Parts: sequence; C-alpha cells; structure tokens
Amino acid sequence: MATSRDEVFGKVQEVLTDALGVDDDEVSPESTLQGDLGAESIDFLDIVFRLEKAFEIKIPKGELFPDEILNNPEYVDGDKMTPTGLEKLKQAMPHADFSKFEQQPDVAKMPDLFTVDTIVNYVENKLQVA
Amino acid sequence: MRWIWIDSFVEFTPKGSASAVKNVTRSEDHLHDHFPGFPVMPAALIVEGMAQTAGILVGEARGFRENVILAKIRKASFDDFAVPGDQLRYDAKIETIDDQAAVTTGVVSKNGKPMGKVNLIFSHVNQASKPPELPDHNFVFTDQFMDLLATFRSKDMSGSPSDE
Repeated sequence: MATSRDEVFGKVQEVLTDALGVDDDEVSPESTLQGDLGAESIDFLDIVFRLEKAFEIKIPKGELFPDEILNNPEYVDGDKMTPTGLEKLKQAMPHADFSKFEQQPDVAKMPDLFTVDTIVNYVENKLQVA
Repeated sequence: MRWIWIDSFVEFTPKGSASAVKNVTRSEDHLHDHFPGFPVMPAALIVEGMAQTAGILVGEARGFRENVILAKIRKASFDDFAVPGDQLRYDAKIETIDDQAAVTTGVVSKNGKPMGKVNLIFSHVNQASKPPELPDHNFVFTDQFMDLLATFRSKDMSGSPSDE
C-alpha cells in the first residue's frame, strides 16, 4: 500500500525530533534543517541512517545531500554559485525547491535548500520507485 | 595518565557485538573531586567507556584501517550511578556500518543490572578524508588499545576476534 504524504511527513518529523532533539511543533514542512532546526554536519549522516531505518530504504552517499557538488569550489564564483553548478545541483536534487534560490544563488543561502519538505519529497520519490 | 576507561573485554563477536567491563575504584583521582565525600563515576566517563568498547568493535570490523572518531552521542541516559566497588559492563552492538560511519547501540549495566543506554555514531576518518591538521598515523588505535584487544584474544574464550 502506498504511503501517503502525511504519513511520510509524520515519520520524517519523528526522525528529525530524534536526531536533532527538537520538538514536534518545531518541525514544519518549510523548516530549514540548519537554520531553523540547528542541524550540524554529522546530523545529516544521522538523519540518513535514521531515514533508511524508518522507511526501509537505501540512501546512496550524496543522493539526498549531494555534498560533492555543494563543496566543489569549481561551482562557486565569489559568493555566488555558477550557472553550471546550479544546473548540476538542480539535476542532483529534484527533491528540492529551487524557486527562491535560483533568483539569487548565494552560496550562503545553500543550506536553505534543505528543508523538511526536501526530505519528504526525496522519501516520497524513493518509495514510489521502490 | 592513561585514557583507557575499560579494564577488559569479556565478549567479542567481530562485526557484531562487544562487551567490556570497568571496575570503579577509589584510587581514581577524579572520584575524590566528583564529589568530595561522595565519589560517583562521572556519566561522561561512562559514555567514554561505551565509546571505547563500541569504537574498538567498529575499528575491528574494518581491520583497524581507519581512525574511528566518536562523532555524535545519539542518546545517553542513566537511571542509576556507579560508586567505588561497582563493576560496570558495557554491551555494544553495531547497528549500521559503512564507508563513512557506524551507528552503535549500547546498554550499561552495574553489577549485572541494566542502568543506562548509550547510542553512538562514529565517523571513519581515513587518509583521503582526514583534515590536514590531523596526524598521518592511526591516532585512535594506539598500542594501548591494541594491547587491550590482544589481552582478550589471548584468553581462551569462544567468540574471540579473528586474527585478520
């Protein structure tokens, strides 16, 4: 039986409250993982492990959080992401909402691409493919 | 001072689980300050004992090729404390292990009775991924730690680690 978006959100919310020590009501679809929920780098790995367990899925390295693109200096020009970098990132992250970021692709704003909804979208795609 | 917070391994199943014991003694300096007249093993050192038990388990699972760094304490909860004369036992299990990291779960027991849980995440730091300021050699699995495992291996016990 297909898992509804609400069910996916509920489980993602539980994963994030456990991984980040935040309360349920702090985790809304638009919350950003770093800015709003205080995630640090190791927490991203923790989140991946917990999602794999909660949804019985396998998340290959770099698929949910494509850090190799994010940390690649070739894709950065000053404080902006280059058009090539942006294109690569969009391809790598079909689960993220780029509507705001692409208007002004500040590197400093990159963490805002990682919202609770980004994870929910990723898991939903993953469950549909499975 | 030697930073070893386990006395010996009592069980070791490679790539699966490990159990170590720690006898709390009044000769440990810090107990006289924590607290004066009321010596209690600090909870942070209980976490360290579990991290050493689980860390060696994780290191052994990949042939001690990488530095295994404690990256996150997922959970640490205790409903009792340990005083001189008590024996702590750390039972650690590997939940997940891959190229990047390992997740372990653990139960702490005092004199045979469970008294807490410590779940950890370790990061694998190898030559390719290590920050330049860290040393080139394996700075986690020093001779002291390897001796601890060797002592266990030399005991004639079932489930001893393989000599890979």
